[in-house]
Amino acid sequence: MSEFMLLYRNTNEAFRETMGSPEKVQQSMTKWRAWMNEMMEKGQLRNIGQPLERVGKVVGGKNRSVTDGPYAEAKDVVGGYSIIEARDLEQAAQVASGCPVLEAGGSVEIRPVMQLNL
Amino acid sequence: MELEEHLFRHEAGRLVAVLARLFGIQNLALAEDVVQDAFCRALETWKFHGIPTNPAGWLVATAKHRALDVLRRERTARKFAPEFQRQLESEWTLKPAVDEAFDGGGINDAVLSVMFSCVHPQLREETQVALILNVLCGFGIGETAAAFLANTAAIEKRIARAKKTLAQSRRLFDVDSADEVAGRLPAVQRAVYLLFNEGYHGASRESAVRTDLCEEALRLVRLLVGHRLTATSGTHALAALLNFHAARLPGRLDADGNLVLLVDQDRSHWHTGRIVEGERELELSAVGTELTTYHLEAAIAAVHAHARSIAETDWDAIVSLYDALMRIQPTPVVALNRAVAVAQRDGPARGLEEISRIENRERLARYPFLFTAIGEFQLSLGDLAEARQSFGTALALARSPAETRFLRQRLARCAAGREARQTAVDLPGH
Repeated sequence: MSEFMLLYRNTNEAFRETMGSPEKVQQSMTKWRAWMNEMMEKGQLRNIGQPLERVGKVVGGKNRSVTDGPYAEAKDVVGGYSIIEARDLEQAAQVASGCPVLEAGGSVEIRPVMQLNL
Repeated sequence: MELEEHLFRHEAGRLVAVLARLFGIQNLALAEDVVQDAFCRALETWKFHGIPTNPAGWLVATAKHRALDVLRRERTARKFAPEFQRQLESEWTLKPAVDEAFDGGGINDAVLSVMFSCVHPQLREETQVALILNVLCGFGIGETAAAFLANTAAIEKRIARAKKTLAQSRRLFDVDSADEVAGRLPAVQRAVYLLFNEGYHGASRESAVRTDLCEEALRLVRLLVGHRLTATSGTHALAALLNFHAARLPGRLDADGNLVLLVDQDRSHWHTGRIVEGERELELSAVGTELTTYHLEAAIAAVHAHARSIAETDWDAIVSLYDALMRIQPTPVVALNRAVAVAQRDGPARGLEEISRIENRERLARYPFLFTAIGEFQLSLGDLAEARQSFGTALALARSPAETRFLRQRLARCAAGREARQTAVDLPGH
């Protein structure tokens, strides 16, 4: 089994859609809890991870220029991450395909955690 | 940990109300932003860390925290609520004032203040109801539009304009002023009544009965009976009426979402708890000399709630109550309801006679229930051709798929030529 990091990416439209009304917030919450629980029950969740604030700073380039978030110009923003366990990238992608972030139009980036085999 | 149904929606209205009270009604949009922010934090953290043991308390604490933040950061830039202005200026009084506003009683008072403010005399009744649904019941614009079968853009515009009117009223309505409350209470009662009716008889596409709207109206009327100045005899009567009607909600639609006539409803499905609450409210309404339409409608609903079947219903009592209702509210809809009760007591021929005598009957020309009632009487009398014509007219006016299906069944019955039982039509309010 290998580990994969799931990065939950939200576009601004997806965020607005999710936050569209209190009832939509509740529906989204219910779906997320169900999905997380399902992964937990199947033993797929290595580390549930953390949500990330929507604000931040970016330090970039050789001159170390510091710019502010939120990233209004960015296509999407990472809203949080989890680490799951899967046989391979294909299986990890299959797990990620149940993620509720997709329903509002967001995406999940799946990155294998690099293993050091000394 | 499971989330209580509609938790966010219910908390949205309560939190926006408290924040609008602290920030001042002119800062309603800021109050909504703070609530949105608290919800966003809840969504992000609960997703990962699970739902806390007291989710509502968590939301209140988070909104309160954000409110303190905003009040500190913006107290020089913004004017907040005039009645809190002094307290909010000093750190000594800021925290206690905010704590008090957020305690249980403080929240209920704030919801009432906003409810009265939404029933602004410059706004049309339907706009008042839409505003209450959006601001106090936490319905999004799309959901509010769906509730009224209206176009989303139109509702958005209407609510935005209403909020502007609200923001321009210098302060939030004072629910501790006896004079002011007495002046606006009838309009507030009416708005709650209309909200309930929209749910009970609404022309919504998804379902003939929008239980959610009825539940919201019940929540609001319970707040009104819980405050010393708003708990008048008329408010208790309204609460009784809504409870009796709400008790019948589980029987009004069958498993396939079809409308079920009062005569065919399985009364064992009626909600006993609500009948009990209705009775208690009806008792409380019987003080003083005030006699409102709510008293009479509640009394009629009580007779239905207590009858074990249509045959055992005291139609004589119901006709007398309609006679009394006609004296204070002589509308064609009340007259039509009365005619249906007369038909139950004296037979369908008398029902048709009463309908032919309704004054201003042309005002019911687009009201499908008029033709449904006529059709029912004709069907009972065996006048199949006439009945078919009446149901056909009603069908053309039907406002929901459930009504359409119901009328198609009626037409099929006419075609089959079968003798229908004598039926009562569960007619809408007035």
